Amino acid sequence: MGEESSVKLHGFWASPYAMRAVLALKVKGVEFEYIEEDLFNKSELLLKYNPVHKKVPVLVHNGKPIAESLVILEYIDQVWTDPPHLLPKDPYLRSKHRFWAAFSIPLSETMMRYVVTEGEEQMNAQNELLEKMDVLEQGMKEIFPNGIPSFQEDKPGYLDIVFYSLFGTHEAAEELFGEKFLTVERYPLLVSWVNALKEVPEVQQVTLPIPKVVKTLQFIRQRHLPPKA
Amino acid sequence: MFAMRVKIALAEKGITDYECREENIVVSKSPLLLQMNPVHKKIPVLIHNGKPICESLIIVEYIDEVWNHTSPLLPTDPYLKSHAKFWADFVDKKMYPVQKKIWATKEESQDETKKEFIEILKTFEKELGDKCYFGGDNIGFVDIALITYYSFFRTYEYFSGLSLEAECPQLIAWAKRCLLKDSVSSSLADMDKVLEIIIEYRKIKGIA
Repeated sequence: MGEESSVKLHGFWASPYAMRAVLALKVKGVEFEYIEEDLFNKSELLLKYNPVHKKVPVLVHNGKPIAESLVILEYIDQVWTDPPHLLPKDPYLRSKHRFWAAFSIPLSETMMRYVVTEGEEQMNAQNELLEKMDVLEQGMKEIFPNGIPSFQEDKPGYLDIVFYSLFGTHEAAEELFGEKFLTVERYPLLVSWVNALKEVPEVQQVTLPIPKVVKTLQFIRQRHLPPKA
Repeated sequence: MFAMRVKIALAEKGITDYECREENIVVSKSPLLLQMNPVHKKIPVLIHNGKPICESLIIVEYIDEVWNHTSPLLPTDPYLKSHAKFWADFVDKKMYPVQKKIWATKEESQDETKKEFIEILKTFEKELGDKCYFGGDNIGFVDIALITYYSFFRTYEYFSGLSLEAECPQLIAWAKRCLLKDSVSSSLADMDKVLEIIIEYRKIKGIA
């Protein structure tokens, strides 16, 4: 009775997936210890807690590990049951939110492909990314049938967290590649969604400064592109 | 293979009074499918009281949440539930792309793929351990996610030359236990029929 629960999160400062877990814990008001992992020199603990994927984030609750960001978000919502709730209660709405969260996976794969390619391959990735964003923009109408919340009273939930982690620092990619992706003309709902989330204090606490994200993207790009002659 | 998951889940819940509409996804998709799954245009789609639910594991979880009075497919304990969801995610993340390489690509440079494939199957064996099913005493979310690939096992052996019984005897034993259940045996596609279809598919696609 009255035992303190131990909550630790193994993350990496530049990982959008780790950001999801951190943001969810902050939104829920859960006290936790954050452990920064060096992804180029992973700790024994990380390898022990996530032997299958060896990746962050890993949430360790009372010594028990939970891995995969979407699984972690649902776990947090189930354990810390006081509001705000991350997912809706209704099973049909939950299935819709899970569907769109699953859509974030091919979306982020295309984003990565855009970052690490050049020439025609990059053009193709860009077109694919914009098309997927078109699909998401359409999906916003069913996710938010009553319009984008202002987040002044409501806190971010599951889908807000998932997509903010991918779009929250879009300016960095736009600066690095000299291309504006998230235009209000083509994506009015996505733009208002991201902008509304940026006003939320917990979101501001987890958002990296744009110059840092630019450097990160540059680093990732250089690692993957073939060396120039 | 993904529609079979939904059939098993419905059978486990004792839901038999439903309409099953066969789509010819290779030739042409029906207007209803395109309307109900405009994003991916894929099956399975469950339509419950006129509302569509897409993505097989999302459908299975929906079924578990709606028909929650019997045969739980996911544990109620949050940690055990997260464990099950992690492993179901592993099935689709790892198993799906690797097994597809075995039958959907030409036969050269298969050594790496075969090695990766066996490693994945052994990872499942390790996770299963001494349990009867991944779900414990009865089949659960992970069993449903994985067992549907069993209908492709003859296909994997045919194209890889591997003997899966020799490589992963515990996993084969688990699969046979699953097949003893009506919900599984009535939902799984026939292994030989699947192999026939894949052979045809490879001819159409020009894969030697």
